[in-house]
Amino acid sequence: MGIIAALAKKELKSYFVSPVAYVLITIFLVLSNWLFFNTYFLDQQASMRLFIARMPWIFLFFIPAITMRVWAEEKKLGTIELLMTLPVKDFQAVLGKFIASFIFLFICIALTISVPITVAVTGAPDWGPIIGGYLGVLLMGAAYLALGLFISSVTENQIVAFIISLMCSFFLLIIGENFVLYSIPEFFVPLFEFLGIGSHFESISRGVIDSRDLIYYFSFIFFFLFMNVKSVESRKW
Amino acid sequence: MIEVKNLSKRYGITQAVRDVSFEVKRGEVLGFLGPNGAGKTTTMKIITCYIPPTDGTVSVAGFDILENPLDVRKRIGYLPESTPLYTDLMVEEYLYFVAQMRQIPISQRQQRIKKIIETCSLKEVLKKDIGQLSKGFKQRVGLAQAMIHDPDILILDEPTSGLDPNQIIEIRQLIKKLGKEKTIILSTHILPEVSATCDRVIIINEGQLVASGTPSELQEQAAGDTILYSSIKALKKDIESVLPTLDFVKEFRLIDTQDSFLRYKIITQKTESDPGEQLFSAAVKNNWILSEIHKENLSMEDIFLKLTS
Repeated sequence: MGIIAALAKKELKSYFVSPVAYVLITIFLVLSNWLFFNTYFLDQQASMRLFIARMPWIFLFFIPAITMRVWAEEKKLGTIELLMTLPVKDFQAVLGKFIASFIFLFICIALTISVPITVAVTGAPDWGPIIGGYLGVLLMGAAYLALGLFISSVTENQIVAFIISLMCSFFLLIIGENFVLYSIPEFFVPLFEFLGIGSHFESISRGVIDSRDLIYYFSFIFFFLFMNVKSVESRKW
Repeated sequence: MIEVKNLSKRYGITQAVRDVSFEVKRGEVLGFLGPNGAGKTTTMKIITCYIPPTDGTVSVAGFDILENPLDVRKRIGYLPESTPLYTDLMVEEYLYFVAQMRQIPISQRQQRIKKIIETCSLKEVLKKDIGQLSKGFKQRVGLAQAMIHDPDILILDEPTSGLDPNQIIEIRQLIKKLGKEKTIILSTHILPEVSATCDRVIIINEGQLVASGTPSELQEQAAGDTILYSSIKALKKDIESVLPTLDFVKEFRLIDTQDSFLRYKIITQKTESDPGEQLFSAAVKNNWILSEIHKENLSMEDIFLKLTS
C-alpha cells in the first residue's frame, strides 16, 4: 500500500508542477460553468440537470487530456525502465497512476462547487439528482480515466494517445444514444444500450442508483485497468 | 552473487544475446565490454528483471529473476543507459520519491537521503528541476537513485557516456570507491575505463561471449605477442622480401615513410629469441640502417578490435 500511495503522490505532484494542469482546470471550469449559466437564469429552474448532462461531452476532451501523458511520457523518457525495476508489481504501478489521475479529476469536479451553491441560493433545488449526478460524473470520469490510461500505455506519443482516447470515448458514449439505437437492427439494441457509457449515466444522473449501472462502471474500470497491467507487462512478451 | 547461465534473448528474428554464461563474485567489479549493439544492455535489462530471457536463467544473491523478481530488484541498484529521469521533479523530490518506493523506513529516510547527497555531491542542485541539470549532474542523480537503498549490487549501463573528462574521472573514482564493498557490473565501450576500474572483464560481440578474464590476463591471452615499430632505411622490396623469412614476424605493414626511412608495424609471435634482437641482426646482415625499434604491448583497444572484428 505504501508503494501505491508513494507513486500516486508523485504522479499528482507531476500534474501540478506543469502549467498544463492549471490551463486544463481553467478551461474545464470556464466551459462547464459558462455552458450552464448561459441558460440557467433564463430557464428559471433550480436544477443542475443541464450541468450534469453536459459532463459526458466535456469529459470527452477533458479526460484524454488528463491521461495522455501518464504512460506515454514514461515510455518516451525511458523512465518506465527505472520504474519497473523498482520493487513494484505491475498492478501497483497501474493502480498508483489511476488513483493519482482520479484525485486530480476529483479536485477539478470539487471546484465546480460554485454551481450547486448558486443553484441553492437562487432557488430550492431537489438535492437527490444533484448528489446522484455528481456520483455519476465521478463514476463516468473514472471509467474514461481507465480507458485513457490504457490507451496512453500503448503508445509513446501523447498526441496519439489523446486522439485515440477521444475517439474510443466518443464511440463508447454514442453507441448508447437514442439516435444510434434507432438506426441499428433491433436485435443489437439491448447490447448497445448496455455497453454505452451514456445510457448508464442518465439513470444515475436522475438520482436513481441502480446496481446494474454501478456494476457496469466498476467492471468497465476493472477491465481497462486489467488491460493496462497487461500492456505494461507486454514488454515481457 | 550473480550467476548467469546459458542466457539467450531474441527480439522477433534478431538474436540479441546468444548462450551467454558468466558469474560475478561478491565484491567484484565486472566490466562488460562490447561494441554498440553487442547485447550488453539487453543482458543488463534481464538481470534487473525488466525483461525476461528467451532462454537460460539468472540468479541474483540466490534469487531467481523469474520466480522472485521483487527480491532481486530490492538488492539491485540500476542506472539504465542514457539515465532516464523525471525531468519535471526537483532533485530532492525525486530522491525522496525513490526512497519511498524503495521502502526505506521513515526513521532512516532523511539520513539515507542526506548521505547519498553527500556521496554524489548533489547539495547545490537539490532545489533544481532535474530537466535543467547538466549531463554530469543528471548522471550523478542517476547514480544517487541507484544507491539510495544501499544495495549490494550495482548495475551501471555506460555510466560515463556523455560526460566531460573531469566528470569521467570523478565517476570512475566513485565507482572504484564503491567497488570495495559492492558488487558492480558496468558496461562500457570506452576501453581505458575497464583497465581503470574493473577487476574482471567480459567481452561480448554479436550476443556472444568472446573473452573473459582480468584485464592483464586478457592482455596476455590475446597478445602472447607484442607489436614492434621499426624505421628502416633500405629498399622497400628488399625489406618486404626479408621480413617474412624472419620467424617472429606474424604480420607487417608499412605505416609511414619519412625521408628515406620506411616505418613498419610488425605484429610478432612468440619465439625463443627476442624479436628486437632478431630484427637488429637481420638489419646488420642486409646492411640496412635502423633508426628505431620500439616495442609495445597490445592495449585493450587492440584486444578489443582483435576479438570483435
